[in-house]
Amino acid sequence: MTNLPGEDLPLPEGRRAGKPFVSMLHYWRAMWGIIWRELWRFVTQRERFISALVRPLVWLFVFAAGFRAALGLAITPPYETYILYDVYITPGLIGMIQLFNGMQSSLSMVYDREMGSMRILMVCPLPRWFLLLSKLLAGTGVSVLQAYVFLAIAWFYDIQAPWQGYLWILPALLLSGLMLGALGLLLSSFIKQLENFAGVMNFVIFPMFFMSTALYPLWKIKESSALLYHLAHYNPFSQAVELIRFALYGQFNSYAFTYTLLAFSVFMTAAIIGYNPSKGMMMRKGGA
Amino acid sequence: MNASIALSVEDLSFSYGGKTALTQVNFKIKPGECTVLLGPNGAGKSTLFSLITRLYDTRDGRIELCGFDIKRQTLLALAKLGVVFQQTTLDMDLSVMQNLRYHTSLHGMGRKQAMQRIQQELERLAMYDRRFEKIRQLNGGHRRRVEIARALLHKPSVLLLDEPTVGLDVPSRLAIVDYVHQLAVEEKLAVLWASHLIDEIYPDDHLIVLHKGRVKANGTVDDVLKTTNSPTIKDAFYTLTQGEQE
Repeated sequence: MTNLPGEDLPLPEGRRAGKPFVSMLHYWRAMWGIIWRELWRFVTQRERFISALVRPLVWLFVFAAGFRAALGLAITPPYETYILYDVYITPGLIGMIQLFNGMQSSLSMVYDREMGSMRILMVCPLPRWFLLLSKLLAGTGVSVLQAYVFLAIAWFYDIQAPWQGYLWILPALLLSGLMLGALGLLLSSFIKQLENFAGVMNFVIFPMFFMSTALYPLWKIKESSALLYHLAHYNPFSQAVELIRFALYGQFNSYAFTYTLLAFSVFMTAAIIGYNPSKGMMMRKGGA
Repeated sequence: MNASIALSVEDLSFSYGGKTALTQVNFKIKPGECTVLLGPNGAGKSTLFSLITRLYDTRDGRIELCGFDIKRQTLLALAKLGVVFQQTTLDMDLSVMQNLRYHTSLHGMGRKQAMQRIQQELERLAMYDRRFEKIRQLNGGHRRRVEIARALLHKPSVLLLDEPTVGLDVPSRLAIVDYVHQLAVEEKLAVLWASHLIDEIYPDDHLIVLHKGRVKANGTVDDVLKTTNSPTIKDAFYTLTQGEQE
């Protein structure tokens, strides 16, 4: 009987023949490897880091400043006093960072698939759902980093929340980042080529952002259009923004939390199905 | 589990919608054997590789890697597999070491073991001194070397190479062909090498000729020459594919 290569290799734990499980250590190492790679790429790609911040800062310094005097906002939770428009828009812009980051991750998945590096991930001996979840966590980690840098700049611009808010916002950012990242992941399983990605900008990102509570509160939208109000209310991005808004002021919005969690579960499940070789769209696309 | 068979493909058929890509494909590869998969464009080589790597689902037929069914024991089967894809799948902005460390983490290897394996594989390919260079700085031949080193880090039993010499200059191409043949013998590795270049076939190799999704020939180079009554592999290939060469 011939010994096959690797039979003598003491690796990895739980990976020997006859043991049909993967050890927790293997899962941990793989997840950390995926997250590390994503963070390293982000930090070393300085242009990407700067451009991710420029967009929301332009909205804050230019758009919000222009509307500061024109828009009056009534006292609504979580705010306990009258606020300026740039204070209102800040959680929305954090949501915007995460929305764009989710789509950026999705774009990089399509790119990786076209370039083939996605295949390396897909042929490693770990469940596909776990690989996708790790990718998602990595992307979310990047978006949380961006959000905190944005909050630090906003703090110097006199948009300051209670200090506890900067801690409470972390779990909110993780959940909203996961939900928006899962949406990106789902879209990437549908998109055949990189060129089709422009459609995502027009049909997903912009409608999601503008039909939400990121720029205007719901009651204000209701005043102008009942249909728009319903669209904004049921837009998962609105609920993610509200979750962030309340968390920044040390409050928990249970409705926004449940809605965002539910949206994450739906998007993630659909993305896993999309990337499943026996059920998903991979066959029709002709490559991973 | 039959340890003398590293890769087994049985009655494998596959179609995209109504279009048949593979029909009743059967072959087996033993450890230490280098098998060249030869076929013109559209023969089904890429589909076959996608099925073996589980990028596509096996619906009709069965694929086993070291006795593990790719459909039912996917993770155990994939752990035995090393792959070099046709396109470069390295991260250009990361160094050689960072790319390889990423791969070892995906295979659950600890730091010490990973560093040891990386050193072994890179030294064999004379690339260890260049481990801190970014992939972008390497030429095509060196990138391929890194990809081969990466595919071997977790000591697979089966190595799949999908036209790995495409776009390389002649010396780089020959060096890689030679190295992989040497690996098969020294490491008892089962190699499946998809190619359309006849000069990459060695006299001791096994040959599978795939045409329009069917296996037209399967055996040693001598067997194929005898069966087709041809003096050269080029002639045999021409006969089997009725002139539809690449």
